[in-house]
Amino acid sequence: MELEEGEICALLGENGSGKSTLVKMMYGLVKPDDGKMIFRSKDYTPTNPNEARSAGIAMVFQHFSLFDALTVAENIALGMSDHLSFSTLSKNIEEKGKAYGLALNPDNLVGSLSAGERQRVEIIRCLLQNPKILIMDEPTSVLTPQEADILFEALKNLAEEGTTILYISHKLEEIKELCTKATILRAGKVVATCNPEEKSARQLAEMMVGTSIGAPKRTGEVRSHEGTPLFQVKDIEKDASSSFGTGLQKISFEVWQGEVFGIGGIAGNGQDELMEVLSGEALPKKGSILLDGKDLARLNPNERRKRGLLFAPEQRVGHAAAGEMNLIENSYLTAADRKALSKYGIINWSKTTSFSKEIICHFDVRTPGSENLAQSLSGGNLQKFVIGREILQNPEVLIVNQPTWGVDAAAAASIRQKLMDLADQGAVVVVISQDIDELLEVSDYISVLSGGRLSRERHVKGLSREDIGLMMGASQELALEA
Amino acid sequence: MLVFERRRQPSKFWTTITPVLAVVLTMIVGGIMFALLGKNPVEAIRTIFWSPLFDPNLSAYARPQILVKAAPLVLIAIGLSIGFKANIWNIGAEGQYIMGAIFGGGVALALYPLEAWWIFPLMILSGILGGILWAMLPALLKIKFRTNEILVSLMLVYVSEHFLASVSLGLLRNPDGIGFPGSRNLQQYASASNGELFTGTGIHLGVIAAFVSIFALYGLIKFHRIGFQVRVTGQSERISRFAGVNPNLMVIFCLATGGGLAGLAGIFELSGPTGQLSIDFNVGYGFTAIIVAFLGRLNPFGMALAALLMALTYIGGELAQFMLNLPAAAIQALQGMLLFILLSMDFLSQYRIKIRKLA
Repeated sequence: MELEEGEICALLGENGSGKSTLVKMMYGLVKPDDGKMIFRSKDYTPTNPNEARSAGIAMVFQHFSLFDALTVAENIALGMSDHLSFSTLSKNIEEKGKAYGLALNPDNLVGSLSAGERQRVEIIRCLLQNPKILIMDEPTSVLTPQEADILFEALKNLAEEGTTILYISHKLEEIKELCTKATILRAGKVVATCNPEEKSARQLAEMMVGTSIGAPKRTGEVRSHEGTPLFQVKDIEKDASSSFGTGLQKISFEVWQGEVFGIGGIAGNGQDELMEVLSGEALPKKGSILLDGKDLARLNPNERRKRGLLFAPEQRVGHAAAGEMNLIENSYLTAADRKALSKYGIINWSKTTSFSKEIICHFDVRTPGSENLAQSLSGGNLQKFVIGREILQNPEVLIVNQPTWGVDAAAAASIRQKLMDLADQGAVVVVISQDIDELLEVSDYISVLSGGRLSRERHVKGLSREDIGLMMGASQELALEA
Repeated sequence: MLVFERRRQPSKFWTTITPVLAVVLTMIVGGIMFALLGKNPVEAIRTIFWSPLFDPNLSAYARPQILVKAAPLVLIAIGLSIGFKANIWNIGAEGQYIMGAIFGGGVALALYPLEAWWIFPLMILSGILGGILWAMLPALLKIKFRTNEILVSLMLVYVSEHFLASVSLGLLRNPDGIGFPGSRNLQQYASASNGELFTGTGIHLGVIAAFVSIFALYGLIKFHRIGFQVRVTGQSERISRFAGVNPNLMVIFCLATGGGLAGLAGIFELSGPTGQLSIDFNVGYGFTAIIVAFLGRLNPFGMALAALLMALTYIGGELAQFMLNLPAAAIQALQGMLLFILLSMDFLSQYRIKIRKLA
């Protein structure tokens, strides 16, 4: 593949198609076995990120490497190879920020920043080194549409000044908007290079997967509330679970059978706290959680599971699944009671093994076998496993946090389809997600969690991306007034 | 320049081979230490590791003695390993061992000279209870005040040693002992004596209990929900909460099993080989068991082998003291070296070493 000066090139591909390996080689984290890279007509063989940076290649990772307890300037100073005084550095940060519309106060603590602002810290850290090539790995996965627009402006400015940007994302719409070229990888090979503006999102996705994929569909029609709600959350209050979290204030919502209820908003606005309270990992200070009229708010996660309330948290390894345990053990982790996998505490491993195989088979989890450790699976496959494990237990209510975060298009489509099928069978599905397109696709009703408050719900019909963006803003204004 | 690179998954090969390598390396380093002490290193190592097993004059006595010494190590290590698997670090088994002996022994001495069949079982239960109660102090402090169980359990060892000294000199002192410190000898009290099962071997009920505990642990970890929860807790606290494990109950369970089995080892030892509560009743089994647990990779059968090895160093060490005049401290240093070397070699299973030219 080739990159020209000043172009914004998208790197597209499913999980495991080799995108990360490719950019890691460019950034000096991985050594190629064969072949070579030529950068500005010279052989380029970085052996570590320092060399890559000094040659002029910088990278913004999907996961931020920032210290919450340090200020913006201190964080940036840590990543710099040349040592400047703090005052010059602060001045540089402010200047760069202004020049690209990425304003930052260098003296703020990173812990107090939103995800979008944290990303700015990472970007400015890169820009201060005046890179020739800037690699961005899924930069918008944590941003509101408004924040993403600001980012796109900044990237376009950079490109006009001659910086080349290599942009990795699963969001095909934004690639069409931003990028002038797209290189598509499949199974470790470049399969196509095209102009994304000339292709539809569907066509791009099909090039990635190599087959055609359909958009998720509901078989039933979009629901409207009928009868009594199956799942009710009333006036939940909870303190922030970490010093950088957000407490919940009087969260209430109701979901009827067969409905998908979407909760939007940017992570860090109480999403983790809400998930903990709903799952029973933490108990609320006040409020009740009613399933079929019975209050579960004081029960532990297993008691809730027995009554039909199941969960798939955001973080896959270390929360939803134990990385160092195999898929059989991970099946037992949450399905022990509902699937009757043990009797008097004695675990029936053969029954558990067949359950794990059922998950792998029904949810198309790509793995050599159920004996493999969870951490050996790619993100998308492990997510399919986690969602499958919960859905195959026939939940009355399934609560999912960020169901397709970092998952490729095909896997994301299949996960969304399964969630919608589950609702069609009469279950309640609550989807917490910061991906607005996803919420619009799967939900019947949407509300936004922002600053620990939940906005009024809106029927998805006629709702646009911008409306949801405004809902995020609106609930924040409410919080300010209060 | 040597560079250490973290492996994605700990190497299976190195995890299995390091205990063996650690033993070999300990022999070499230990040999150097013995040489510095002015002893013949080959002979010293041979006396410690070889003679008890294969010397025709010694092995008939030494072989069953290895089992006797290994029994308390196995019992304690098995109990500790459950906590270690769940990242709950009970370092105070020595104290729980002492309290088990004091509780169990106290019951027997209170009933003396009554003879009845139920005295021995009652003693055993009290011994277990003593160990559990002593372990509950760090457990409750951890739950209530988030204290560090490593520090609390360790420091309680020294408290229990003072308690042992106090009762040996006071409350439980043998009234017929003409003023000598120490309790009555339970071997001379039929209802409370844990005698040898096979004449001349010294093998007592504790050895049987140790065997049972190995299989019990295997079953618990492999086939029981509680064992599964222990392993999940060892993965991360977050995932254990998600799996519905009550973290406080887990702390209590792990410290209770560790303390209970240490207490059991204590009362078996008191009613069997030792016979008498005295100031020097404890000989460090509670600490050696930590080495056993890690040397055996927290695996029940691995720990059994490790306990046999450590027992061998005890017996062999005594022989070396007796035959070669090696100081007792040198033997303890050798045992400590084993853990030290093992832990440093664990690095190899986590990291790979690469040689890189200086940039």
